[in-house]
Amino acid sequence: MESGPITGPVLTDGVAGETHPRSADLSGVPAKPNPAAATGEIGGSFWRRFVFRRPLVALILQRLGLSVGLLFAVSLMIFGGIEALPGDFATTYLGQSATPQAVENIRKDLGLDRPWSERYLTWLGGAVKGDFGTSWASKNSVSEQIGKRLGNSLFLAFFAALISVPVAVGLGMLAVQFRNRLPDKIINVISLAAISLPEFFIGYLLIMVFAVQYGVATFPATVYDSMTLTERLSAIALPVATLVLVVLAHMMRMTRAAILNVMSSAYVETAELKGLGTFRIIARHAAPNAVAPVINVIALNLAYLVVGVVVVEVVFVYPGMGQYMVDAVTVRDMPVVQACGLIFAAFYIFLNMAADILAILANPRLRHPR
Amino acid sequence: MSDYKDYLTRQVMLGKINRREFLGRAAALGIAASTANTLFAVSAAAQEPKRGGHLKLGLEGAAATDSKDPAKALSQFLFVVIRNWGDLLVETHPTTGAAVPALAESWEPSADAATWTFAIRKGVKFHDGKELTVEDVVKTLQRHTDDKSESGALGVMKSIKEIKADGGKLVLTLTEGNADLPLLLSDYHLVIQPNGGMDNPDAMIGTGPYKVASFEPGVRATFERNQDDWRTDRGYVDTVELIAMNDATARIAALSSGQVHFINRVDPKTVSLLKRAPTVEILNTSGRGHYVFIMHCNTAPFDNNDLRMALKLAMDRETMVQRILGGYGKIGNDFPINDTYALFPEGIEQRVYDPDKAAFHYKKSGHSGPVLLRTSDVAFPGAVDAAVLYQESAKKAGIEIEVKREPGDGYWTNVWNAQPFCTSYWGGRPTQDQMYSTAYLSNADWNDTRFQREDFDKLLLQARSELDEPKRKDMYRTLAMMVRDEGGVILPMFNDFVNASTKQVKGYVHDIGNDMSNGYVATRVWLDA
Repeated sequence: MESGPITGPVLTDGVAGETHPRSADLSGVPAKPNPAAATGEIGGSFWRRFVFRRPLVALILQRLGLSVGLLFAVSLMIFGGIEALPGDFATTYLGQSATPQAVENIRKDLGLDRPWSERYLTWLGGAVKGDFGTSWASKNSVSEQIGKRLGNSLFLAFFAALISVPVAVGLGMLAVQFRNRLPDKIINVISLAAISLPEFFIGYLLIMVFAVQYGVATFPATVYDSMTLTERLSAIALPVATLVLVVLAHMMRMTRAAILNVMSSAYVETAELKGLGTFRIIARHAAPNAVAPVINVIALNLAYLVVGVVVVEVVFVYPGMGQYMVDAVTVRDMPVVQACGLIFAAFYIFLNMAADILAILANPRLRHPR
Repeated sequence: MSDYKDYLTRQVMLGKINRREFLGRAAALGIAASTANTLFAVSAAAQEPKRGGHLKLGLEGAAATDSKDPAKALSQFLFVVIRNWGDLLVETHPTTGAAVPALAESWEPSADAATWTFAIRKGVKFHDGKELTVEDVVKTLQRHTDDKSESGALGVMKSIKEIKADGGKLVLTLTEGNADLPLLLSDYHLVIQPNGGMDNPDAMIGTGPYKVASFEPGVRATFERNQDDWRTDRGYVDTVELIAMNDATARIAALSSGQVHFINRVDPKTVSLLKRAPTVEILNTSGRGHYVFIMHCNTAPFDNNDLRMALKLAMDRETMVQRILGGYGKIGNDFPINDTYALFPEGIEQRVYDPDKAAFHYKKSGHSGPVLLRTSDVAFPGAVDAAVLYQESAKKAGIEIEVKREPGDGYWTNVWNAQPFCTSYWGGRPTQDQMYSTAYLSNADWNDTRFQREDFDKLLLQARSELDEPKRKDMYRTLAMMVRDEGGVILPMFNDFVNASTKQVKGYVHDIGNDMSNGYVATRVWLDA
């Protein structure tokens, strides 16, 4: 977990003790010798010592605990949300061709007559073990199907990230170096344009130019089992390009803003006066301090690449998680929607957590929140 | 200009203008008479089908939740999948809609049309090499009549009391006489499976022209030609690939860039754009599907026939067909049957837009204040626009219509068949009897106009078992008049099925039965390289 520069005692000035003023606050009237409060005292003091000695591990544990709690809350919200939707699975699935008999059969089949709390707990019990049950509509194992779909989504996201993250950070630095000069302006104009165009529009534009006009790109981007890697890569070229254009601008502008923020500080001025080159100043002096917000933005965009690509998947006919979830929502295929929602939430929570932890690793001052 | 030519050609097809008129207008366009003549004779030139090639179709209507069991097939995509691998006992004729033998070679009704005997074709093999027997047929029909099954054909099979094999023949006994029974067996769910699909309903093994090579629900399906097919007049290509494309723009892009040979569900709004592509052909087929504005006859204010009549007369049908369907459709006459049905009652006067008459009936009804119409784009493509157009044409008759846009989610549960006035659609049915029994019989589950009349019910049941055709036709005229003049349905238009293909695709059959050449598109067309 811990690496080189962070081991060893961290010098604090008594701040650590204030991180958890729990015992004093929460025990209410301290005079009462009730056992629960006593254990709380012991646990509390142990935790405080632990935080003091291993601040980073403690922090990570805390974040993990929080994330798991969040996931539970999300699962409850998803379940409640679908319960609240108008129409139920049987009628939606059968559509206009629903006879009362058929609807009745389906409801009985799926145990929809049981109270929702009972159904939620059954589902949760399975989900904890990694078993999301079977899809109501197609009767296939949800875990199995999600495996394939998630693989496709990650495949797309991976290549989009591989291209967009380094390019965004590089362009951000470039923009800072040529601040308010021509390259910076060009980068700004293009990135603003990319931000303001909705993704489906970018997608359609790329399809129009590269698939319809010139016929150089593969369309639709449908991938399937018997494809070779080269075929797959050529199939995802256009959606990846679209995604890159969508996320690139955001990350680049954030990088630029964060670095510029640091550039106006005293120590950078000192470095300039020492006669260091601009690029060296940016890379060695400014960038490490600007890392936290940049990492945050990258994490957000990575999460978006997995979770928010529904529109791009639909436009390019790409069989990923987003489309899978949309299909399931339209017919109220509860097990699938819940599983997708939970996985999406897990992605978001995990990436945010990773971003926070990385930011703390990069910037020791964040370890002791006041 | 070429749009106008297409328009003229369409008008000819719709029977709106005759040859002389067409030639006159074509001359005005400067089209040579000889060209015009060939245009007019839209010749289904008998070409020699070519075999071989790989056919790709981009289809709307697939979902990851699609089931492999034909009993539960609902989507457009699965419709084509089933047609590729399976066969029915009875098919329908593409232009007349009459029952045509398929796995059943011939059939014979009893005098009262309540017992039917079917001879099953010999020497037909399933994809797994097993020979088709009458047992498989019996088992299949039994599976779809079982109350526990979730078959989409349950409603069709309701009237069948007993299914048994008798010396290699299939014998069906009905609860009442039904002269149309063979047509009921053409319901697309009733694909004959080995042992009726009792062992493994999802096996996708049948007797059809293509074997299923792979199937990923909501993504893609591929097929290979069945070398032992019992028919030679179908299955011309070697391999078929269906790709799920739910995005309308994606379908159009895929077709115009030549990545697929055929797409379905072309939005009338974009047809003119798609036509610009030189490689594309628009395939539109008149059908039985129709778009409706439905009123509950038992709920105020719609329980007054004068108000219903006023609302029917306030509908500008021509404008609806032009603006909402882009001309790809025909005007309706407030009863759910058109001339594609057998025994269609000809010569019923066409109801036209008449604000004055509408105002007269409206006054007579004594109703005042706005009439609330609920709508949503899931009711039919362009339903919201249609409601607003209707609001405008009703205004001229002094009728105020308040349009309420409902969410698409849950529309079929909370609005349709629940609220007293809303927009909806109906697909066609194989027979007039089925159409009326589904939605106009007093006790029908989907009587979405709450049209409840004993004399109507009685006459419908009489017509059902009447084997004398002229008599039967006359009954259907009476039924049509009842619905047209006293029912709760405003039926402005019958919509065309609009598909498109590249020019390589030949032999497309315009089938009135249903969309995409009644689902048989991949089994009927061939590729002209």
